[in-house]
Amino acid sequence: MLHQDRRDFLRLAGLAGVTFTAGLFPGQRASAQAGSDFHFVQFSDTHWGYSGAANPDAEHTLEKAVATVNGLARQPDFIVFTGDLTHTTDDPRERRARMKRFREIVSALSVKDVRFMPGEHDASLDKGEAYKEFFGATHYTFDHKGVHFIALDNVSDPAAKLGDEQLAWLAADLKQRKPDDRIVVLTHRPLFDLQPQWDWTTADGARAIELLMHYGNVVVFYGHIHQEHHQMTGHIAHHAAKSLIFPLPAPGSQPKRTPLPYDAAMPGLGTRDVTVAEKVGLVEVPVSKG
Amino acid sequence: MRRRVVVALLLGGALGGAVRLAAQSPPEIRISARKFEYHPAKATTKVGRPVVLVLTSEDRIHGFKMPDFGLRTDIVPGQETRVTLTPDKVGSFTFFCDVFCGDGHEDMEGVLVVEA
Repeated sequence: MLHQDRRDFLRLAGLAGVTFTAGLFPGQRASAQAGSDFHFVQFSDTHWGYSGAANPDAEHTLEKAVATVNGLARQPDFIVFTGDLTHTTDDPRERRARMKRFREIVSALSVKDVRFMPGEHDASLDKGEAYKEFFGATHYTFDHKGVHFIALDNVSDPAAKLGDEQLAWLAADLKQRKPDDRIVVLTHRPLFDLQPQWDWTTADGARAIELLMHYGNVVVFYGHIHQEHHQMTGHIAHHAAKSLIFPLPAPGSQPKRTPLPYDAAMPGLGTRDVTVAEKVGLVEVPVSKG
Repeated sequence: MRRRVVVALLLGGALGGAVRLAAQSPPEIRISARKFEYHPAKATTKVGRPVVLVLTSEDRIHGFKMPDFGLRTDIVPGQETRVTLTPDKVGSFTFFCDVFCGDGHEDMEGVLVVEA
């Protein structure tokens, strides 16, 4: 998508969100994306079932975000949820009740192609058992308009590991790709050591990055840290999304990773619209439908 | 008589070695973990001096991670996990659970104070 097209997109979408422009696929050949532009929306860290001072509106925030995305002038091709769909509970029945209610709420999305993945709140206490009942596999691939998507699970192991088996699966999948294929990785926790003192890492994430480094057009979208964040590891861009429950402080900006104080305008919450093309703007979409 | 002296000398040597070993053994800091806290949550040691962290769990598997010293281990119920650490810097260093253990996991942390 050219910059002019992107301005059209923003106008059509009627969005007031902050934009972030980046070459998502730095090694991409100009001819590779002709006619293949598309966009998707990323939801993350909805934490359905959370109750607390960090978000007194927790029962309605997800519904508002669904309504906001349904109101986008140009609907996305598909929607991804990068984990922590529900807030954790020790009670397996309550965990399933939260997943059931979450699924009911997001079933109101106009776009029906929705891809889920777990966060540690969904999957770490039972190794993904309940999650799989409701949402299926915790790691998988799919292809869309010439782009290969890989969803990685770094939460079903409570020690935040991808594990040897999944890494072997990833290596086997990547062997089928060409060096300049466009690859989007979706995951919950950062694959790199963003802030080890706050456990914002994946124990064996470096092994996944090492596998991905052989490919020139890779971008990673993740959640977990409840804020917009952008970082490069070599030529690979990593983009963290805002949450829909409460924002967390910038990495290392304060002694503890405690939630930021609640603001009724919810400026720290939202979803993200991602346009996949040569030069791309990530549009942060605030929660606005009251 | 001569044999007894030899035994006594051998025993004395062995005991002396034990005493020397005891004198050189690093001090221990015992830390117990349970959802969602460590006890004690604050411990103090000296810089440059080896210390043994003796870690136990009262309920389930927890983690113990202290990135400032490149240290992490699981803490498994029913067994003592012993980790030797020689802090090379002064300050307050956070340790935390890195094995997700429930609603409160994110608050499960403590601090090791390393004094000059």
